[in-house]
Amino acid sequence: MSNILVFAETRGGELRKVASEAVSAGRRLADASGGGEVHVIIAGPPGVAAKSEVLGRFGADVVLALEHPALGTFAREAIAATLATRAKSVGYRAIVLGFSAQGRDLGPRLAAKLDAPIVSDIVEVESSGADVLTVKHPSYANKVIVTLAITGSPAILSVRPSAFTATEAPRTPRVETIAPALDPAMERVKVTQVVEGAKGRPDLADAPVIVAGGRGLKAPENFKLVEELADAFGNAAVGATRAVTDEGWRPHADQIGQTGRQVSPQLYVALGISGAIQHLAGMRTSKTIVAINKDKEAPIFKVADYGIVGDVLEVVPALTRAVREAKQGH
Amino acid sequence: MKIAVCIKRTPDSETRFRIGASNSAIDESGVKFDMDDFASYAVEVALQMKEKAGSGEVVIVALGPDSVQETLRKAMSMGADRAIQLKADVIPFDGLAVAKALAAELETGGFDLVLFGKHAFDTSEGVVGTATAELLHLQCVTAVSKLEIANGKGSARRELEGAAELVEFSLPAVVTIDEGIARPRYPSLKGIMAAKKKPLESRPAQLGAPRVTVKSMALPADRPPGRIVGEGTGAVAELVKLLQTEAKVL
Repeated sequence: MSNILVFAETRGGELRKVASEAVSAGRRLADASGGGEVHVIIAGPPGVAAKSEVLGRFGADVVLALEHPALGTFAREAIAATLATRAKSVGYRAIVLGFSAQGRDLGPRLAAKLDAPIVSDIVEVESSGADVLTVKHPSYANKVIVTLAITGSPAILSVRPSAFTATEAPRTPRVETIAPALDPAMERVKVTQVVEGAKGRPDLADAPVIVAGGRGLKAPENFKLVEELADAFGNAAVGATRAVTDEGWRPHADQIGQTGRQVSPQLYVALGISGAIQHLAGMRTSKTIVAINKDKEAPIFKVADYGIVGDVLEVVPALTRAVREAKQGH
Repeated sequence: MKIAVCIKRTPDSETRFRIGASNSAIDESGVKFDMDDFASYAVEVALQMKEKAGSGEVVIVALGPDSVQETLRKAMSMGADRAIQLKADVIPFDGLAVAKALAAELETGGFDLVLFGKHAFDTSEGVVGTATAELLHLQCVTAVSKLEIANGKGSARRELEGAAELVEFSLPAVVTIDEGIARPRYPSLKGIMAAKKKPLESRPAQLGAPRVTVKSMALPADRPPGRIVGEGTGAVAELVKLLQTEAKVL
């Protein structure tokens, strides 16, 4: 029986989707090792402890709330030091984070501070023994699935967004407040500004639906067709291919693919995207894929569940109307 | 300014992979290797900084078998001053083990700035740069898409999910480089000739026993074949119906 420590990340005081997934992954790890406890650290401005209820729903036994006015923005050094201090004093079998911007930053710091083995971006825990954990990690831009054996405790694991389902395992967690191990106002890297992306849209990692556009849209102004279809779905994020971000039609941060974001939404709609290997590497694990492209030989149709052969400039406005009507019909 | 760039030699990202007979590594026969894309952006950033400052030194470090010497020479042909190979027969999947070996080398180097790629294509983990920074007790800025250094201070733009962060920090520091920051130059003929005479040191990597090891590798399952619903706007109604009734995503 061994306990698991989870970092539940927030942004703007709100829990991110991957936080619930990390708690759920931690719960399953604890249960698989004979029913240990799941301890969750949440960090944010004063009041963030109120999120304990959500964390309890997904299986947190203990919530450790790190509240500080300076934690409105992500304080990597203070949070890493606090996680490491807790891990040293209590002792955990594993520490689970999200493979997100925050988790990517914290995981390697923890590994170095605790001299602990780390595997990033896992999609499955295959087995959890007392000494060895076995996990699956997609590598070579998702083209090879590697099964890795991790020896020693705590094993530091970051979970790929959407790979672990957040399942309910409700309980009422004990809530404690903890002090930061370093002053969050004294970070050596100072955040001077946070530039928010498109307003009112979920992030690519959180969105159940992603509408993405490629060079088949022919001109940057035609990207409004992508935006309009995303609006019709209502809960969609907008992405783009590397060709499009290289052309400057869309910001680099929107790029889905091997060198950009890797996504697994419920529904991925590819508009005017031919399906270069580099793009497929970023979206082939989506649950349902729809492709609209004028070239019926385009490789995107090999991975698409449903395809329409046609000019995106004609088909997309019709699809937008149809989706809007379908949504209103509910 | 003295800049170190830690690079990795990785397979061509367009490769169609096969798993080797051992089942625990890719079959490398016929696979082309080169400097990792993100590492090449980091090299370019370092060279531009040195050129802008008009003085300084760019040192390239790579861990791996002797084949990495070719990649180190390439970085020198782009303009780096010298290179260090930390020799290891195989590059372990254990990112912390690699970070320890790099930190042991960089610790006494007196570098103002240490650059890494955001992650390498092969392991796709993004552990080594940040872990190395932590082992060196240096501040670390990850996934940087814009970087300015002036008067011993750095300012950078970091890409987050759906947002970006502007940060400031003092040197020495470790920075990991994202795409979009600079296009790596091609080595000139003159550069290639000059690189042959530039110093390349080689010494054993201080790796220790890896705690993360490959048990097996497999190719991902193919997606089940899909279907073309139809052509043009006439197929839209059928597509929407399938999304509602079959895929149940609408």
